[in-house]
Amino acid sequence: MKKTKPKPKIKELVHLTADPRGVLTGVHFMNGDQAACEGALAAGCRFVAGYPITPSTEIVERFASRIPTVGGIFIQMEDEIASSIAIQGAAWAGLKSMTVSSGPGFSLMMEHVGLAAMLETPCVFIDVQRAGPSTGLPTLPGQADMMQVRWGAHGDYEIIALVPNSPQECFDLTIQAFNLSEEFRVPTFVMMDECVGHMAERVVIPPADKIKIFNRRYTTLPPEEYLPYRTGKDLVPWFVKAGTGRRFHITGLTHDERGYPMMNAETQGKLVRRLVDKIRANAEQIVRYEEEDCEGAEVVVISYGITSRVASRAVEMARKQGIKVGRFRPVVVWPFPEKRIRQLAGMVGGFVVAELNYGQISLEVERLVAGKVPEKAIEKRRVNQPGAATAKSD
Amino acid sequence: MKKEESISLEPRPQNPIESLIRVERLPHMWCPGCGIGISMGAFTRAVVESGIDQNSLSVVSGIGCTGRVAGYLRLDTFHVTHGRAVPFATGLKLGNPKLKVVVYSGDGDLMAIGGNHLIHAARRNVPLTVILINNFNYGMTGGQFGPTTPMEAFGATAPYGNYEYPFNLPYLMDVCGAAYIARWTVYHVRQLTRSITEAMSKDGFSFIEVITPCPELYLRRNRLGDALKEMIYLKENSRIQNGAETRTVAIEKIRGEIIIGKFVDRERPGYIQSLDGHLQKVLGARYQRPPFWEK
Ligand SMILES: Cc1ncc(C[n+]2csc(CCOP(=O)(O)OP(=O)(O)O)c2C)c(N)n1
Ligand SMILES: [Mg+2]
Repeated sequence: MKKTKPKPKIKELVHLTADPRGVLTGVHFMNGDQAACEGALAAGCRFVAGYPITPSTEIVERFASRIPTVGGIFIQMEDEIASSIAIQGAAWAGLKSMTVSSGPGFSLMMEHVGLAAMLETPCVFIDVQRAGPSTGLPTLPGQADMMQVRWGAHGDYEIIALVPNSPQECFDLTIQAFNLSEEFRVPTFVMMDECVGHMAERVVIPPADKIKIFNRRYTTLPPEEYLPYRTGKDLVPWFVKAGTGRRFHITGLTHDERGYPMMNAETQGKLVRRLVDKIRANAEQIVRYEEEDCEGAEVVVISYGITSRVASRAVEMARKQGIKVGRFRPVVVWPFPEKRIRQLAGMVGGFVVAELNYGQISLEVERLVAGKVPEKAIEKRRVNQPGAATAKSD
Repeated sequence: MKKEESISLEPRPQNPIESLIRVERLPHMWCPGCGIGISMGAFTRAVVESGIDQNSLSVVSGIGCTGRVAGYLRLDTFHVTHGRAVPFATGLKLGNPKLKVVVYSGDGDLMAIGGNHLIHAARRNVPLTVILINNFNYGMTGGQFGPTTPMEAFGATAPYGNYEYPFNLPYLMDVCGAAYIARWTVYHVRQLTRSITEAMSKDGFSFIEVITPCPELYLRRNRLGDALKEMIYLKENSRIQNGAETRTVAIEKIRGEIIIGKFVDRERPGYIQSLDGHLQKVLGARYQRPPFWEK
């Protein structure tokens, strides 16, 4: 029995369908990288800046070849620092934009993850994770950037991160990433891994009018009344783009509603509290996960990305041996499905967290279930050989 | 009541540049005698005199004393990260080529941490106007030496004097392919104003280096006198040599002749024209010009 949390409600106002020019409707056989590129095009992304790196290059290569006939821009920048800010310039000109990388380049982008969080620039980053640290294993998978995406830039902020486990999901979740990034004006991440990026499978691209798009909410206020960072109850300010006569200022310094720098603790508190709360307060609406037979299970296996597919085989094997095993897969990893994991903690015997790293999401799970399941019932840091797509489970 | 004491209730004629300044943010944060404000005055006069559409003019700054320029201008203004104003401006310009995009930042910002972006933007010939305020040091962080500090000059991190060679910025921009290159000092406000107007009219990458006194840090630490003395120095030691070989205009010594003028003004297709023309040529009818370029 499969249960999927219902998708978030999208406000009528900006809830549209895709521009058919970017949508390659049909049934395809393509890899995750290519599917993510098609997802971006379908979502309305018309600006990609990037710098080549394995295993994400196929995304930008496909975009470079597709975009001149769709109507948009690809620019290969001098590095990832430049790429991750060029997309923000394009966003403030009114475009949906994206950059793409893997570990070493993703590390260079952290400066502008912080900037995007601070300026509230809607934009999408894809990280096709390889094994690290440093240059690591360029052609083999890893899932060890899961905490970097959450905490990689300095200061307090929140982001949204989604993790696909198939080429189809690379397509679907890239669209979802754009929608969330527009709705919450927050940098949004698609955390793929080399395996999912390079595996080819059937990908169904629906007709444009079946693809839901959340478009940017532009201010309608006259210049005298408009303030770039004034918000309503949802804590998300409405956007303004350059060249519309609003004469606005934005800065990475701590700023007030006018966008003007204000060097005091009060402004810092107000601004950063809102940046954090606009995601935390809406977490239940953003969170998405898939679960199967979890309630009452002896053990629940939590996994995501390629590992979730490997883990499902282990789950089947365990079930054949008569063990009651549930499966839980966060689709949106940040914000984390805290509420559901806390609930499950009271109903299951224990958890196994399978991930291609030495313990990242397992830390989050440990935090949430602490005291509710016996210490030894949290199996951690065992299924963890970054670089290998196989997982062992005991 | 004596005549001199009467207060006129006539509305004061507005300074033509006032509408371009966020007066509610004054007083500004620059030190007395700092030249950044003078350069900003020249910029705003260039904007007014050129008659360009102010609603389609964006200014992007990095971090530093000069980086604060964006925040004082009543235009669409962006104060981004240290050294990255140029790539932000590149994205902004490509997203809407109808915008005039000016990058306004310091020597450390544009040439140290942002040096890689600057040379690549010049190579691509992205239609941006870069105004680089050269005060020969990192002002904001307390006067450390930087990539334009002359040999032997003192800086907070060069307590025994600087022994690194500085960049010759016009020469560097020249070999990278910039379409327009000039250097002025803040004493030469008229020439600077005219030059900014000219630079903003180019379809390619334009670059203006502005020699600017930093009285509290660079001048004081090097015992070069106050801001007024420095203005007299700039007046007496600058030599206008339009079209000078950029190779010959390096500023390597603390004191000596400063060659100023318009060094380069050439026609070379800008990035947007190259992109558009090339894809049109190769793809023909399949090419779809970005629809957001038309709006
Ligand atoms: C990544 C990063 N490194 C260092 C700094 C600290 N910092 C702020 S301004 C500045 C130097 C600015 O020098 P310059 O560009 O010459 O501008 P000026 O203040 O002289 O106008 C530095 C190093 C920073 N803000 N960000
Ligand atoms: Mg400086």
